[in-house]
Formats: sequence, structure tokens, C-alpha cells
Amino acid sequence: MLRLVNVNSHYGLVRVLKNVSMHVGQGEIVTLIGANGAGKTTTLRTISGLHPVKAGRIYFQDRDITGWPAERLVELGIAHVPEGRQIFSPMSVNDNLELGGHLVYKHYGKKRLKSEIDQMLDLFPVLGQRRPQYAGTLSGGEQQMLAIAMALMSGPRMLLLDEPSMGLAPMIIRDIFARIARLQQERKLTVLLIEQNAKAALNISDRGYVMETGRILLEEEAGALLANPEVKRAYLGRDQREVWE
Amino acid sequence: MEIGLTTDMLQFLFMGIQRGAIYAMVAMGFNMIYNATGIINFAQGEFVVLGGLMMVSMTMALNLSLVFAFMVSVAFVTVVGILMERLTINPVRRPTVLRLIIITIAVSILLKGAAMCFWGKGSHYMRHFTDAPPLEIMGAYILPQTLWIIGMLALVVIGYVAFFNYTMTGKCMRACAINRDAARLAGINDRRMVMLSFALSAAIGAIAGIIITPIIQMDYARGALLGLKGFGAAVVGGLGNSMGAVVAGLLLGIIEAGSGGYISSHYMDAIALVIMLGVLFVRPGGLFGSSEMVRLKEF
Repeated sequence: MLRLVNVNSHYGLVRVLKNVSMHVGQGEIVTLIGANGAGKTTTLRTISGLHPVKAGRIYFQDRDITGWPAERLVELGIAHVPEGRQIFSPMSVNDNLELGGHLVYKHYGKKRLKSEIDQMLDLFPVLGQRRPQYAGTLSGGEQQMLAIAMALMSGPRMLLLDEPSMGLAPMIIRDIFARIARLQQERKLTVLLIEQNAKAALNISDRGYVMETGRILLEEEAGALLANPEVKRAYLGRDQREVWE
Repeated sequence: MEIGLTTDMLQFLFMGIQRGAIYAMVAMGFNMIYNATGIINFAQGEFVVLGGLMMVSMTMALNLSLVFAFMVSVAFVTVVGILMERLTINPVRRPTVLRLIIITIAVSILLKGAAMCFWGKGSHYMRHFTDAPPLEIMGAYILPQTLWIIGMLALVVIGYVAFFNYTMTGKCMRACAINRDAARLAGINDRRMVMLSFALSAAIGAIAGIIITPIIQMDYARGALLGLKGFGAAVVGGLGNSMGAVVAGLLLGIIEAGSGGYISSHYMDAIALVIMLGVLFVRPGGLFGSSEMVRLKEF
């Protein structure tokens, strides 16, 4: 469904992505793990068109989308939930959802937008209670749910999630991951996920990639990655001593 | 003596509101573009001048009806605003705030020159919208044109609030101002929003120019001072905060008229600007801006 071929990307003169090649199949959940500064976020931003591609190609459903602007990719069905709950804080929850569904409004009109919002509120009942409130007054977990709901409002086929668990309590993280897994099945979504909380992410994933300093080091089934001693040592924070000794 | 004092005050108040309403509208134009792009459009004053001069030609030379001339003038300046964005702002390959601001200064000089070529250097007279004599209120006089100005400001403010709070396009523009990346990820075309902000701010500038022209007699070089005062109002109101700009604009106008009347009309521009500086020393974010925002802004 999504294919990156030798993608390179720069911040100024610094080469951040070095020949990144990866693919995500239809209906898969794929996790990208790696240390801070490995280039995970840049990978997602490059896919969604927020960051320019320097070299290489990106294909979505066998279509070359290299260099497309972000707003056109949304129309094509790629929704990106960026890092750090990027919502419109000084606007109401309802306005945020409307903006998320701005394309629905553009193509199908007001009625359809309303019914889509109602559907979304069934999916995230918490947001229903908060509908007239300013989005900035929501709790962290609610904001993350709103961010995901906004992305879903555009009716995507593929969801790019950047650290949905960042700064959230363990219970809420579990809830969010359960929702992602359920959404993926109900809506036949394809998901590419970045996580610091590698274990939680790999548990719901089919496959995973390990990234280091802008390169893809490893690609394996999620289960195999969870069992891989090197990965365990570096990213899962387990059995450290055994490996060192 | 007592009556004379309040009469004077009332008279200065009317004059102040009349000036202030124009500053407020210019400031709203500044804010609209600032919110969409993060830059100050120094051609804002030229929009005001073009609106006024166009209206003069439409009514005095071509003898068109007020309403029709008004619409044509606003439409003309709106197109100028759109062209400005498409031809000078949009094509910039690596836009930085400084680069774009310098471009707007260039456009301002260009528009001023063009206005001088078409309308000449003289100032242009235009008849008031209504011929009625000034109304007397407690000994002070208020021109019917001032009432037009106040009414127009009210309409613009209402339209502004309705547009940004109740229409999808308005909400999209706000979303772009709040968080550009998030707006793009919602499928909003940010470049189109920038164009729209230029169109709307040109339209508001044109309206301001049209309604003030019967009072100040427009000439091609008026833009700089009107723009400066409007900019002052925008800054004092807190850059980006348009309702703050309306209040600050009216205040600035009233202070100006008051200092012109009580202290010296030679210094009234200076006094208003000094008070403005004073406000910024105490509250760098403006009267209605939060200090938190100041730290985040580029300037």
C-alpha cells in the first residue's frame, strides 16, 4: 500500500534520512522503533508531505506521490496524527472535528459532515461530553483521542501515528492502543506507528522496523522483534544486565 | 464653563471615534495577514488609498451611484490584494518573515507610484454620503459621515466575527493561523488561505478608504501615515487579535483627537505614538495580547 524507495531527506545541510526503504501492506499495522533523533518523525513527515523529499520515491497504492503537498495527500487517504497532539486549542472540540472533516464538507456538504461527526462521537463518547469546550481544556488523553478523531474524519485509508502515547498515563496508553487496534479492524485501516513505548506498539503490530541515525537497521515480524535480544536491550528496557554480562 | 467643557469633550470624542474607526479597520487588515502569514503587510495603507481614490473616480468623474461605486471600488482593491499575493508573495521560494516584509514595502512603493500616475499629486474631494446637516448632541456636532463610518465599522466587525466563527472557510483560516501543519494535515490548502487573507484585508482597507475620503480628501501619499497609525493600533491591541485592534484603534483615535484639542494639534500624531510606545514598554504584548504569545512570536 505504501512503499518508500531510497528516500533521503534533509534539515538544512544535515541528511536526516539516509536511503530509507520500507513498505506497509494493505491492512497491516507496522511499527517504527528507534532512539530519539533516529529520524522516525522525519520519516512520517516526509511521507505525509510536510517535509520535502530530497531523493528517492514514495508510492501510495502504486501511485508515485513523491513531492505532493500535504493537503493533497489527505485527499488521497493518508491521515497523519503528528507528535504532541496537534489540535486547535483555542477552538471548540466540535470546531476541531469539523476542521478534521473539512474535506467531507467540501465534497459532500454539511449534512454528511454532521453525520460523520456523530459517528465519530459514538466512537469516542468522551468527546461528545466535551463537544462545546475549548480543545485546549481537555486532558492529555482526551486531546490525543481528539487528534486521532480529527484524522479519521477525513476518511483515510492509511493512518500515520506519531507517538500517540507520549506523556500519557499507562492506563490511558492501554486504552488508546486498544482503540487503534479496534479501529484498524473496523475501518480496514492500514497503520504506520511510531512509538517510544515499543512494547505496547509491537504487541498490536504485524511487523516492525528498527531505525538508527536515519537508516533502517532491521525489519522483522513484531513477535520476532519482541524476542530479539538486541532489540530488547536497546528499546524494550528489559534484561539489560544479562546481555551486558 | 462646565457645559463648555463637556461639549468640547464630546466633540473630541466624536472626532476621535471617526479617526479611530479607520485605524481600527486598517489594524484588522494588518492582523488578518499577520495571522495567515506571520508578516506585517506594509502595503496595507495603500489599499486604503486605492479604495478612496477609486471611489472618488467612480462617483465624481463617472457619476455612478454610491452603492455601485462602493462595490466596484472594494472589488477593485480586492483584486489588487489577490494579485499582490499571487505575484509577489506566493512565488517566493524560501519565504522568511523578513523577505516577505521587504516585498510588501516594495509593493507599497509601487502602488503609491501607480496611484500618483493615475490620480495625480493633488488631493481629491468627494461629497459626503448624505447631504444632511451635522447633528447636534449636547452642543457638540457630529457629521452624518461620521455616523456612516461608525455604522460601517460595526458592520465590518459583525461580518468579521460571523465569518471567522460560523463559516467553514473562516474556521479553516483560523486553523491555519493557530497551527499551520495541523491545518494542512486536515486537508486545508494553506496557500489559498494566505491568498484569501490578502483579499479580505484589501477589502477591509478599501472600505476604510472609501468612508474616510469625504472627510480627509484622499491623495496618493496618505497611505503611509494611515498605515502607521493602523499598525500602531494593531500592536497596541496585541498583534493578531482583531477585537483588541478595534478597541485600540478607537482609543488611539480618541487620544489623538483629545491631545489635538487640549494640548496642541501640531503634536497630536506624536502624542498618540508616544502613548503607544508607553503601552508597549509596560505591556509588550499589547493591551489584549498575552505575554506568553510574545515570546513565541517572531517579532
